[in-house]
Amino acid sequence: MDFSWLNDPFYREYLVEGLINTLWLLGVSSVAGLLLAVLMAIVRIKGPRPLAWLAHGVSTVIRGTPLLVQLFFFYYGVGRLLEGLPLAQQGLFKDLLRDPFFYASLTFTLSVGAYTGEVLRGALLSVPLGEREAGRAFGLSPLQVFIHLWLPRAIQLCLPTLTGEMILLLKSVPLVSTIAMMDLLQAANIIRDETFLTYEPLLLIAALYLLLTVVLTLVLRQVERHFPGMKPQRSSWWRRQRPSVSRIS
Amino acid sequence: MNSVSQEGLADWAGPILSGALTTLEIALLAYAIGLLLGLLGAACRLSPWAPLRGLGTLYSTAVRAVPELLLIILLYYAGSQALTALANSLGFSGAVTINGFLTAVGVLAFVQGAYMTEVFRGAILAIPRGQLEAADAFGFSPWARFHRITLPALLPNALPGMSNLWLILIKDTALISVIGYSELFFTIQQAASSTRSHFLFYSAAGVLYLIMTLSSTALFRRLEQYVRRGQPTANSEEA
Repeated sequence: MDFSWLNDPFYREYLVEGLINTLWLLGVSSVAGLLLAVLMAIVRIKGPRPLAWLAHGVSTVIRGTPLLVQLFFFYYGVGRLLEGLPLAQQGLFKDLLRDPFFYASLTFTLSVGAYTGEVLRGALLSVPLGEREAGRAFGLSPLQVFIHLWLPRAIQLCLPTLTGEMILLLKSVPLVSTIAMMDLLQAANIIRDETFLTYEPLLLIAALYLLLTVVLTLVLRQVERHFPGMKPQRSSWWRRQRPSVSRIS
Repeated sequence: MNSVSQEGLADWAGPILSGALTTLEIALLAYAIGLLLGLLGAACRLSPWAPLRGLGTLYSTAVRAVPELLLIILLYYAGSQALTALANSLGFSGAVTINGFLTAVGVLAFVQGAYMTEVFRGAILAIPRGQLEAADAFGFSPWARFHRITLPALLPNALPGMSNLWLILIKDTALISVIGYSELFFTIQQAASSTRSHFLFYSAAGVLYLIMTLSSTALFRRLEQYVRRGQPTANSEEA
């Protein structure tokens, strides 16, 4: 085992850049993905028929094909088509449409939107109708009921699943190294090519991911703990929390 | 679109379909081995002997915490080096060209086994304790208890998880293309770069994977109806 390359500032820089890109991609696509998920879930429940069908179709296609294929489809397939457009020759678009980060975050956002949207749809449907009716009876508008009552209750019900999806998202980030984006795996691949070491960079990355997974899990547990409506427990700090209200189906 | 392009989807249909077949073979074999590994892992995790329990926990936790792509690349190199070392110690000199198919199956099965461990562990824990005690009271041998009581009782609990894992496995086979074994997605990549019609071929790949996953979903639904026969149907459509 030879880890002497860790002293090389260049290689360190690669690793730091990879780590930053990894976290950046995770942040962008989880936030945008969750927003998309809310949209897809509500459209499938309440939206007009054609829109609901569209959301259902998109969700089926995304959940039925490998993420790697989607990444290639958007980066090479759609990307090449867009490059031909006259719009793509202009400054801002030109840079954006060549940037693998753009395609990676687009693909990941769609993926999070589809998987989490499905989870959220189930949760929205299992919020008892009476609670929504109570909100209406208190004079809230349908939109207010959705924002202040229906959605928070649904998130409460599926919070453990949502955090699980975030962990899955973290573990799909290395896929972007295949479209030449500088993530941790890509950094490791560069180091491997230059130092002729097969295992050491990969093992380091694996350990880093292990660490990232543990840290993210702990952070999300804290989020689960402090989400309104979760029963505060004085149990050990790592234990999963349960919703305080019984689930009515 | 491109007037110079001589070959299109039709010329590549043969290689792509045979790639799809390879993908299915890899997935089926890896799934079968993964099932066995999962049963073994669950048995370890539920074993009364602490070292075995630790080993099972280590396997399922470590493998599930590291990205699949990373594991596949790591295990691919580790596996090929181990095989070379083995061949050298047996007297064959030089590097052995290892079989890409077997490596793909092995790597995917190893990853799949870790996830399967958790599915089976949960399903076994969900079996009412009394059923197993009843089997013991009737003097069932451990094997008879396993395949007469444990297995039929755990299947309805495990099947949703197993179906999910099969879908994940089909999608994970695409990762094998990264280590350069020519399954479906690797063939697609070659076709796309040789014909320069990326959009067309990656859409075709999506359609093929979609066909595989959708038909599997339908199959698993039938299977679930079968293993749930005799159970009250009220809770089958939950969630």
